[in-house]
Parts: sequence; C-alpha cells; structure tokens
Amino acid sequence: MKSAVLVFPGINRERDMARALKLASGNEAAMVWHAETALPKGTDLVVVPGGFSYGDYLRCGAIAARAPVMDAVRDFAAGGGLVLGVCNGFQILCEAGLLPGVLMRNARLKFICKDVHLRVERSDTPFTRGYNAGQVIRVPVAHGEGNYEADEETVKRLEGEGRVLYRYCSADGVVDESSNINGAAQSIAGIVSERGNVLGMMPHPENHVEDIMGCTDGRGLFAGLVAHLEKAA
Amino acid sequence: MKARVTVTLKSGILDPQGKAIEGALKSLGVDGVASVRQGKVFDIELSGSDKAKAEAALKDAADKLLANTVIENYRVELL
Repeated sequence: MKSAVLVFPGINRERDMARALKLASGNEAAMVWHAETALPKGTDLVVVPGGFSYGDYLRCGAIAARAPVMDAVRDFAAGGGLVLGVCNGFQILCEAGLLPGVLMRNARLKFICKDVHLRVERSDTPFTRGYNAGQVIRVPVAHGEGNYEADEETVKRLEGEGRVLYRYCSADGVVDESSNINGAAQSIAGIVSERGNVLGMMPHPENHVEDIMGCTDGRGLFAGLVAHLEKAA
Repeated sequence: MKARVTVTLKSGILDPQGKAIEGALKSLGVDGVASVRQGKVFDIELSGSDKAKAEAALKDAADKLLANTVIENYRVELL
C-alpha cells in the first residue's frame, strides 16, 4: 500500500499517521506538502491527518480545504481512489465538499480528549473490513469541533445508504445519548462518501496501533485497507 | 470601496456558543435578553469603484470561503 499523507501548516498528527501506515503496510508513507499540485505516482491511499490546520482560523479545515493539493485529492477521489480523513482531516474533507455535512462545536462546548468506544456498523467496506460488523473498538478522540451535523435529508440518506461506518457507543456497544460525546447527529463518528471511497472520522485509530499505546484496536482499520488493496491488485 | 460581509448561522442550527453568551449576559444581569445567536463580520476593502463588480466579487468570496452555506447565511453590504 502506497500512502500519501497531506501536510498543512498547523497539522500535528501526520507523523503518528505515517507510523501507523508503515506498521500496517511495511511501506514508508509519502509526506505531501499542501502547496503540491499532484500526488506521488502510484498512490493507493491519501490520508488527511489531524491537527489544527491554519490554527482553525475561520472554520476548522476551511482554509486547508482550499489548498492547491486538494484539487489533486478531488481528482484522485473522483477516480475512485481511497481517501481517509481523521479529525481535522474529516473537517477538511467536509469543507472541501468531498463529504456532506459539517463538524460543529461540541454540544457541551468542551474540548474532549479521551478514549471512546466506537461501534463498527458494517465490515464490507475497505475502511472496516479489518473488523466484524457490530464490533466495539476503543480509540482516542481529541477535538473541540466534532459534532457532526447535516440537514435532515442528508442524515436520512447517510443512514439509508449504510454510509455511517463508525458510531459513538458505550463499552458494550449501546448507542445512546450518554455515549454520544459531542452531540453528533445519530452519534455519527465516521461516514463514507456516496461511492464509498472517502472516509471521514473524528477519532484517531492511528493512536491505538501498538502495545505501548495500551490498546491496538485501531490496527483493524489499517490492516483492512492493506487487505483491500492487496485483493484489488 | 469598503464592504462588510456578515455571516450568521441558519435558523434551526444549534448554536452552543450563542447559548453560552446568552447565559453569561443573563448572569451579568443584563436586562431583557431573550436569546443570542453569534456570527462573524468581515470588513473588506476593495480596489476599483464598480459596485456591481464589487458585489459579485463579495458573493463569490462568501460562497467560496467566508461562509459554509451548509449551516450559514451571509449578507453583503457596500459601505
């Protein structure tokens, strides 16, 4: 798997992401500066990592979404290429129009930095095939604006088309108000594009991939992507 | 030419920041505050003097960057 990790000023999770990608695939990820106008040849996966691009000025992800490299990412996604956005990366993908909706300020206005549980809603996608449907995984979140909102019709479509892949839940997989950490519509933690090749999620699977991190539940996402691409090749 | 673009949240969009400001105003004892919605103001200086062109450029700016039209409305004024 050849991955390209986008780097914007103010991004700070790109090295965690590159490390997780190397661990899963054995290949060094290419770090791609925001001013580039093309992705490295042979890129299988584009990752938009977390952080605080442009200091979250204007709206989270708004300025990064208009960077030159994003045109190349749009073309890549339009051709069916896999794109993963985590945290600020999810915000950037929404602002870029690659995913519907928007990430609003957390309902209780607090920055949330802790481990949360996610229910994997289905296992038949490149982004979830490393898990079983209904499986509960534990991964960290670190965000102030993770409250996913979209108009009613869009949320209905996401649900109807099975595009919600990850949902906040309790340790035993119950999705309710008390496990919905940021007030997101339908407890949404991660969604895919209509075509299923672009995933945005607020939690950080890349931070739970090695024993030293205390948990390896995030590995499945990366292992699934590697398996998907090997099968496709 | 001076212009102002005002960006506000669409009605129906939850505004926790506005709610917090509303609560603070009430606790300060400011009288008669029923509710607060917060937004953004952009003061923009334009070169040139063609008003129609300026308005078109400001709308373009608002659509492309200043507002997220999924959740926000905007208003353009030439001052």
